[in-house]
Amino acid sequence: MNDRRKVDLTRGVKGRFIRDRLMTVVFTGAGWFAILFIALIFVFTFREALPIFTDPEVSKEANLHEFFVKRVEGETIEQQFVWQPVGEVPKFSFIPLILGTLKATFVGLLFACPIGVAAALFSSEFAPPKLREWIKPTIELLAGIPSVVLGFFALLVLASWLQNTFGFTYRLNAWNAGLALGIALLPVVFTISEDGMSSVPRHYREGSLALGASRFQTAWKVVLPAALPAVFASFVLAFGRAIGETMILLMAGGNAAITSFSLSDPLRTLSATIAAELGEVVFGDPHYSALFFMGTLLFVLTFVSNSAGQWVIGRMQRRMQGES
Amino acid sequence: MKRAFSLALLLAVACGGDRRETPAGAGAPSGSSNKAITIKGSDTMVILGQRFAEEYMKNNPGVVIHVNGGGSGTGIAALINGTVDLAQSSRPMKDGEKADVEKKRNAQLNETPVALDALAVFVNESNKVHALTLDQLAQIYTGKITNWTQVGGADAQIVLYGRENSSGTYEYFKEHVLAKADFAPRTQTLQGTAAVINAVSRDVNGIGYGGIAYAQGVRPIGVKKDAGSPAVEPTEANVANGTYPVARYLYFYWISTASPQLQQFVQWATSPDGQKMVENVGYFPLPEKTRTSTQ
Repeated sequence: MNDRRKVDLTRGVKGRFIRDRLMTVVFTGAGWFAILFIALIFVFTFREALPIFTDPEVSKEANLHEFFVKRVEGETIEQQFVWQPVGEVPKFSFIPLILGTLKATFVGLLFACPIGVAAALFSSEFAPPKLREWIKPTIELLAGIPSVVLGFFALLVLASWLQNTFGFTYRLNAWNAGLALGIALLPVVFTISEDGMSSVPRHYREGSLALGASRFQTAWKVVLPAALPAVFASFVLAFGRAIGETMILLMAGGNAAITSFSLSDPLRTLSATIAAELGEVVFGDPHYSALFFMGTLLFVLTFVSNSAGQWVIGRMQRRMQGES
Repeated sequence: MKRAFSLALLLAVACGGDRRETPAGAGAPSGSSNKAITIKGSDTMVILGQRFAEEYMKNNPGVVIHVNGGGSGTGIAALINGTVDLAQSSRPMKDGEKADVEKKRNAQLNETPVALDALAVFVNESNKVHALTLDQLAQIYTGKITNWTQVGGADAQIVLYGRENSSGTYEYFKEHVLAKADFAPRTQTLQGTAAVINAVSRDVNGIGYGGIAYAQGVRPIGVKKDAGSPAVEPTEANVANGTYPVARYLYFYWISTASPQLQQFVQWATSPDGQKMVENVGYFPLPEKTRTSTQ
């Protein structure tokens, strides 16, 4: 009797041990798979862009000089930096597209950063707990809106409203696209900033209040500076999201590749250009390689900004844990 | 080893995708010869292609036809790569593309015009301008004319709308109206003629171009060949008798080794029954002469 129970016990332990090992292998494998895929995607994207450097046929028309430096004849910069990939003499200047991406990102961040941080400050410092339970999920729900829906809204509703209110010549412009983009960025800024502020140790606030500071002074001069790395990280992550965002800008930006600094002009972003043109392009064409080079550029930019954001968040979390 | 496994996974996914392409064909009675016909190409022709397919499938049970858009260039690229059976194109194929198809598919390429389309130029309904010459259009779209007063309209900046460079409409307009010059950078490129029409209908200073079948909520303007000639509206009579200067054929492209079902479908599209569909969708049927000559 006793003997048998002993045997059963060891068998159970052994089974559990094998299951544990198995699951560890599965999860580790899944993790490595994800990393492998990212690496493979990068390798593939870059490989398709490689003819720009290696193939003389391709690099005659599409090369770094053409992308970033070359000006065609014209009086204004608008006529000098041109993206016209289809035509007798294709023109592959990235300048109007980079400018378009930066303009949309700028407006998006201009809208999302202050509102996101203010909302985070309100939610973590002032909102009664009941209200807070509402605000946080609601704003985070914004992240769940498909960007095509935001784009559609901006295209039909926001654009008309902005034009009627501010009298823009162009319905679809940087303001319109940037505001719609800002809605998509808001949850990114809010969530990360809010997490940062909530994890500021309690004794910071208690100390501040004990010294006679008001709640507002405490929030503004103690909590916000303490959570600054998180706020900064949220901006960086929002930036990464903004330059990669495609659908909103494709629909709401007007898609005109103009080298212009005016925010009331239409814009065309790198990502929207890839989305709009990759379907048609001839395999192996200079245009094809140029689009993949653009993809590589976007990949590197988002990768760097996301890594930077994550690094800051990680460092801050370690610091907070150490201190509290 | 991991790489080998991921490769196997990719293969499995790819095979799954392949099988999905012919869902109804597998269930059809006559078996393997009943592979679905896949059609891809011009966004201008998507609706036309779908009507063709619906009507044809109704009359020929067992035949399955899938129609997709994406732009003429996309369809042609797919025909070259062999992923579709038939490419719809709103522009004639370039010589290089024709050679590519014949080389890669190792078969003769067939070109069949199936409808006539007038490329209309639209303005907002409130716009005072009723006619433009081809030259004025070219100057507007290359950015030399920027204000409506220069062509007899109100004092306001002209807002240009156009199509993506994957579109046959884009290439047709560029070649036949702009004489191959570049579009002004300020041209806002939109996805599909419907989007262009929508934008112009909301923009009092807008101008756009596209297939006539879509003209709703905007006003197509008359086009003059030159300053001395009369303005011609894009109507069936004007397109058929050749006086409307911006008209084009819409094409089917397919290779001679295509299945008999596909060849019958193409033949049906140019028959009186098929041409009725063309009229229903809003394009103009082929003139009698072309209809017989394509056979």
